[in-house]
Amino acid sequence: MTRAARIPFWRDIRVLRISAQIAFVLLVVLLGNWLYSNLQTNLRATNISFSYDFLQQPASMGISEGLPFQPTDSYQYAFWVGVFNTLRVVFLGMVLATLLGLVIGVARLSSNWLVRTLSGIYIETLRNTPLVVQLVFWYTAVFLKLPRVDESLQFPGSIYLSQRGLVMPQPQPTESFALWGLTLLLGCVLAVGVYIARRIYLERVQRPGTPWLWGLSTFLFIATGSWFLLPQSPLTWEPPVMGIFNFEGGMQFTPEFTALLLGLVIYTAAFIAEIVRAGILAVSKGQKEAARALGLTNLQMMRLIVLPQALRVMIPPTTSQYLNLAKNSSLAVAIGYPDLFNVANTIINQSGRAIEVILMIMGSYLTISLLTSLFMNWYNRRVRLVER
Amino acid sequence: MRKILAVGLVVALLLPLLTIGQGQPTDTLGRVKARGNLICGVNNGVPGFGFLDERTGTFSGFDVDYCKTLATAIFNDPAKVTYRPLTAAARFTALAAGEVDVLIRNTTRTFSRDVELKLNFAPVTFYDGQGFMVRKTSRINTLRDLNGATVCVLQGTTTEQNLADMARRLGITIRPLVFTDVSARDKAYDEGRCDAMTADASGLAGARVKLSKPDDHKILAELISKEPLAPVVRHGDDAWYDLVTWTVYCTIEAEELGVNSKNVTAQRGSADPNVRRLLGVEGDFGKKLGLDSNDWCGNIIAKVGNYGEIYERNIKPLALERVVDGKPSPNALWTDGGLIYGIPFR
Repeated sequence: MTRAARIPFWRDIRVLRISAQIAFVLLVVLLGNWLYSNLQTNLRATNISFSYDFLQQPASMGISEGLPFQPTDSYQYAFWVGVFNTLRVVFLGMVLATLLGLVIGVARLSSNWLVRTLSGIYIETLRNTPLVVQLVFWYTAVFLKLPRVDESLQFPGSIYLSQRGLVMPQPQPTESFALWGLTLLLGCVLAVGVYIARRIYLERVQRPGTPWLWGLSTFLFIATGSWFLLPQSPLTWEPPVMGIFNFEGGMQFTPEFTALLLGLVIYTAAFIAEIVRAGILAVSKGQKEAARALGLTNLQMMRLIVLPQALRVMIPPTTSQYLNLAKNSSLAVAIGYPDLFNVANTIINQSGRAIEVILMIMGSYLTISLLTSLFMNWYNRRVRLVER
Repeated sequence: MRKILAVGLVVALLLPLLTIGQGQPTDTLGRVKARGNLICGVNNGVPGFGFLDERTGTFSGFDVDYCKTLATAIFNDPAKVTYRPLTAAARFTALAAGEVDVLIRNTTRTFSRDVELKLNFAPVTFYDGQGFMVRKTSRINTLRDLNGATVCVLQGTTTEQNLADMARRLGITIRPLVFTDVSARDKAYDEGRCDAMTADASGLAGARVKLSKPDDHKILAELISKEPLAPVVRHGDDAWYDLVTWTVYCTIEAEELGVNSKNVTAQRGSADPNVRRLLGVEGDFGKKLGLDSNDWCGNIIAKVGNYGEIYERNIKPLALERVVDGKPSPNALWTDGGLIYGIPFR
């Protein structure tokens, strides 16, 4: 009886599921194998060897900004300079886009008609035009239209703005910098201690407060106090000096970098603003009403009640926007910023190693994106709803 | 019966194909004559060398004029040319496959092209080289003055590498600003983002006329690479190669001897035996080249012009002078100190 009732294996759902998965994996492996052997055969047929030896050869190229680079440096180092330039713009872009997006998103929900409408126009205009067009606009119609370098706009404190970029004095450490750094470290430790102590105290007396403000003021107090107590100022400002063609020294932000950063930030912020708006609207009205009933101020309500709940909704789509920003940074080629993609293109041109370098480009963007999403997933787990 | 009819039909259909195959000349000149026009591979985007005017649909430029000289030598009609615009990547394949009879498309003669790609290069018609364009107000006069300058450059070919090598050789620092698009590069230079722009001198001259104020810019005399441009034919047809070669020499020799489109009729009565042979009054050089007329070179001069006239018409408007402030460029006649040297017709 039991024997007869047993389902034949070809109708057993468990067997079917597992065999379907095995078949799929097999298919993927076969496809990968076919692609790889196809590449190998064709490379052999065209007498092209696959090797990364060329990376040690001198690059014989120039890179306009980023880490110091000489034409005698290797291709490998040239690639790293490009990676660093990409990371610089991506990291700053993420931070600034988040801040701007938060402000615009909150403004979109403002009860003030003008603020609400302006942020609406901002979002709809920038979200609905191609990024590359915006980048070319910022570069050619804004930054290249600034005064020529010999007629630079001068601001107080040796800050100059021209079509060669923004130039400002750069802090240079002096002999007493090491000592000052030590007190800063001490300040950090003390600030964290004060923050924790204040938190425990507030927890005990069951009152809301701002323990981070306590920590921050402690740190700032120690930092400024030690600055003035030291016999010699720990930092001096090295002002830029006009050379034959350009400003030499100082901190320089080229128009390519600034246009790319600005373009990416303004474009991505429009998307983040919508995510912020959606997140805030996702918190039910009753929560806000309850906060008001408890007598919380507007800021407290936002910080303690609305944002912690809104973040849960906001983080996954914001992660996607960060990933988009990282990949969109490759549009730098349109405006001559020497990012990873731009530099790698020149390496392909000069070394003829197209396949190897394209794999390196793909690997780099993949790594940047995976690290970003790893961090964001960790953060998402931290803020998600803790069920009791 | 039906079978025989079917076979007959097939044979009747195939017969014309066979006769076409048999009647087809195997040499390039014969094919060009049978076709009734010359197919010339050219550029369509470089003003002064090979440029297609999109409003009128006509090609013009230095290279295009050399297509016309060849058509004039064969047909006594400069209009009997079919222009085939080719990209840099496709040009040699098109020539090797017989899609074009001759390639006159600002092509640099190099060892690997000559030997590995199995090509024959006619005499150099233009000595080009990678150079620099700067503002006249910039006080940059030599390559060394570029120390610390920002230079706009286009990605691709060997322009970037030549620039970096030059900086290494002179021990100077250069900040290259690399663009992937010609118009973005030109825009950045025009607005003043770069102190200089580098490209082949002919390309710089073409870019210069498109700037907002072309007269505010100059091209430095010093070049950092050698790019001798010449017409190209494929291996395997020496008679055709000879014709292309001597068509070029005809224009150069005519300039050396003072024969131009205005005086060519009068020059036919010249006492100079060199002129008489060049214009076919004496000798039968045209017949020896396989042409219908011994007056082929005279026709070229009358209808297209000598080397100087072709240069004047196409390259002078780009402000690339053959002699600058008394100093000859490589494209001046050898008698003026340049490299343009005619081979005697005798």
